[in-house]
Amino acid sequence: MRCGFWRNVPWSGVWHEDRGVKIRLTVNGEPREADVWAGESLLTTLRDTLELPGSKNACEQGECGSCSVLLDGALVCACLVLAAQADGHEVTTVEGLADREELHRVQRAFVEAGAVQCGFCTPGLVVATAALLEANPDPSDDEMREALSGNLCRCTGYAKIFDAVRLAARS
Amino acid sequence: MARLIRTEKEVEGRYEEVWTVVEEDALDQWPAGPLEVVGQPAQRQDGLQRARGEARYTADVRLPGMLHAAVLRSGVARADARAIDVLPALELPGVQAALSCEEVDFLDAEAGYPGAAVAAVAADTIEQARAGVEAIAVEWDESEPLLDPDEAIARGQLVSESSSYERGDLEAALAGADVVVEAEYRTQSVLHNSMETHQAVCHWEGDTLVVHISTQYIWGVRDELAEKLGLRPDDVRVVCEFMGGGFGAKNGAGDYSLIAAELSRRTGRPVRCALTRREENLAAGNRNATIQRLRAGARSDGTIVGLGGEFVNAVGWSGWLAGTDGPMQMLYGVDNVATMLRGAKLNSAPMAAFRAPGFVEGTFGLECLLDELGGKLGIDPLELRRRNHADADVLDGRPYSSKSLLECYRRAEPHWDRRHEVRARSDETWKHGVGLASQVWYGGGGPPSYAWVRVGSDGSMTVVTAMQDIGTGSRTAMAQIAAEELGVSLAQVRVELGDSARGPFASISAGSSTIPSMGPAVRSAAGDARRQILELAAQRWQKEQRTLSLKGGRIVCSDGGSWPLESLLGLLEDAQILGMGARGPNPTGMRVLTFGVQVAEVAVDVGTGEIRVGRIAAIHDVGRIINPLGARSQVEGGIIQALGHTLSEHRLLDPRTGTVLTQTLDAYKLPTIADVPEIVCEFVDEPDSHLTNLGAKGLGEPPIIPTAAAIANAIRDATGADVRSLPIDREEMLRALAALARAKERSGDRVAARPA
Ligand code: FES
Ligand code: FES
Repeated sequence: MRCGFWRNVPWSGVWHEDRGVKIRLTVNGEPREADVWAGESLLTTLRDTLELPGSKNACEQGECGSCSVLLDGALVCACLVLAAQADGHEVTTVEGLADREELHRVQRAFVEAGAVQCGFCTPGLVVATAALLEANPDPSDDEMREALSGNLCRCTGYAKIFDAVRLAARS
Repeated sequence: MARLIRTEKEVEGRYEEVWTVVEEDALDQWPAGPLEVVGQPAQRQDGLQRARGEARYTADVRLPGMLHAAVLRSGVARADARAIDVLPALELPGVQAALSCEEVDFLDAEAGYPGAAVAAVAADTIEQARAGVEAIAVEWDESEPLLDPDEAIARGQLVSESSSYERGDLEAALAGADVVVEAEYRTQSVLHNSMETHQAVCHWEGDTLVVHISTQYIWGVRDELAEKLGLRPDDVRVVCEFMGGGFGAKNGAGDYSLIAAELSRRTGRPVRCALTRREENLAAGNRNATIQRLRAGARSDGTIVGLGGEFVNAVGWSGWLAGTDGPMQMLYGVDNVATMLRGAKLNSAPMAAFRAPGFVEGTFGLECLLDELGGKLGIDPLELRRRNHADADVLDGRPYSSKSLLECYRRAEPHWDRRHEVRARSDETWKHGVGLASQVWYGGGGPPSYAWVRVGSDGSMTVVTAMQDIGTGSRTAMAQIAAEELGVSLAQVRVELGDSARGPFASISAGSSTIPSMGPAVRSAAGDARRQILELAAQRWQKEQRTLSLKGGRIVCSDGGSWPLESLLGLLEDAQILGMGARGPNPTGMRVLTFGVQVAEVAVDVGTGEIRVGRIAAIHDVGRIINPLGARSQVEGGIIQALGHTLSEHRLLDPRTGTVLTQTLDAYKLPTIADVPEIVCEFVDEPDSHLTNLGAKGLGEPPIIPTAAAIANAIRDATGADVRSLPIDREEMLRALAALARAKERSGDRVAARPA
């Protein structure tokens, strides 16, 4: 299930006067806090408040996958999740996929295969690919098509993205 | 030594004769074929930054105290903003400033298309800015929009003077032809939809305007903003280190950067103005729709004797005439050609350059027409193209600087030969077929362009130039060129780009010009640094300089001696070697063009009209290939964009009101990874011996040009139906199949009637 409203999280933030809601969540393994307003998306909080601009905003309406992050390990579009819904939960962004010095195999594979052009779609694709391989270590071409068709890329022509997923699956 | 010369300059297919200062291009070209670094597949130098989410795009620029701008846009296709009151906006919380078309001349009260900007608000948050825009009171004076291109032409509503071209005598040629075909082709308007929308962040440092902008032309933005804001060019600093795609739509400064600059001036705070995806689909440029009424005549031996075209570009509210007539004039060695190109001024968003503007559209018409002609003549499409090959430039007879189109055709043969086997897969439902189309485009680049190379005592080599890498990987290509010239590994070279205050003038990244314009400048700068290194080496080891060269990170002497480069550079301490380079002129009296051919395999479900593209083979001739990995990626990207253009993308307007119906990415259907066919990609990879010290041409645009025609021709091969209108969605496919069935019925009637 991609890019749909992330439903299983009951709203549990605390109401504050100025910014409305204070949320506490774990982002890339670290406890973080943010003051958000009730309608704020998780993507906005990540990019503007938590200073994690790796997840990209290319449509802000669930159509492109550029903002893909993991919420408790599940792939979601951060632009479709309310920040308040992430209260008490765990978020992994492209910045936190790999350990500090290490590279995630998917990141390495994307660069090696030449699957990165302008790179604006890349963080989303990298996170989506990592989620795919987590669930299915050896996906067929059709499974890749199915799993990644929510991530739009205007530059690469996708052919090298197939190469990258295969390369990452092997490594 | 710098000289002042007269040279031709070409951008996006438009030529200008200009005075240009150039420096000597003294370096001989490298031998053909892969070298140590150039011609070897190279990973992107900044790939990891991008893949880790560490690359900072304009979209990621957050400055202290930054305000957010929202723009008030016309909701209808044609209206005048008679009175605008921004005061109610200024009273809202968080709103810091507002401006409208009544005070600044880069906003227009005459809103000629849906999405035209008339006012803007800056506020602490984007939500507050949007609330401010809502609060602005406007008195609109609406009128009936003009949306039909033919009607606009009939009424004389043109964006600019029409362009007519003639060689030989077309009418006489068609009258004497054995076979004549005539058809009308249409192409739709499509949207660039770069993943990073158009945006800028502006702030003032004293009298200097600093502009972070997602742009294809740092220097163009600098000059345009300086002119429109009455500043000296060097008082505008333009920064763009990473950008998320442009495809032609980001060649200019755009109203958003002017809005941000002006609101920043008024508030004394940085201002971001970023288009939303919806705004992007409304008012950020488009490939204009075209209507093409074409004729072709040939002798029975396949010699095309005449080509004629009446072209209408549905330009929109403003814009320029992209060369839809270009392929007809340039692709084949035809003696009699007449074209007329008109630009309809309509109440729709202004066009913008979009990857091979005009040639994508014109090639679709011409190359489909050629197959219709071949069908009547009973001549194989590939053979027909060979027979009409132009050996010298058809516009004025000058020689091509290089042309390997016949070699492309030769390499296309194995792909073309698959057609028998592909067709044999057809059954009752799915019909299979193969089609091809040729391509011609510019892509020679030109002067001026400059680069510096800095070599330090630690052995680091840095290329400095204020160019932009719009996502194509030009940064890596520049590093490869410098590494090759300096005889070092790619890892030893870094490239600093993307800041007009921190490097010399660099070419626009449009018109497939970055590699052919910037590459030679970088090589020349690296060559200058190499010469200086060898000068020092000659003194250090008491050798004649001409006996020394750089190779594999060493200084090598022809007498057999060699020393590691560090042993010399280590002596520099704080001294640096500074190489300077400039792009030399294009060869005089020659036409510099790129060529190619693509072969498409398709399957059509004749019951539902579903089309599946199974395979596309692309063979292109763009001179020397710098980075085969990057080059293949360009070709695949171009083909997939073409696939969208051919089958699914369509900016739909309400035919009565002109409202844009496709403002989101679920309505506007971009290709996804699920749509990707098998793509086979080959390059002739022969340096153009007349073109610069590299012999490399541009590759950004060629791959998107022939795909639509190749697919349409494959559909005709599969089904017999003539698809003449893009996109070939199911509706168009079923229409073409029905037309075919009717035609068959009519000829069947005639056949049946004959014996009686
Ligand atoms: S930004 Fe979230 S899906 Fe596009
Ligand atoms: S690399 Fe540019 S959008 Fe994918």
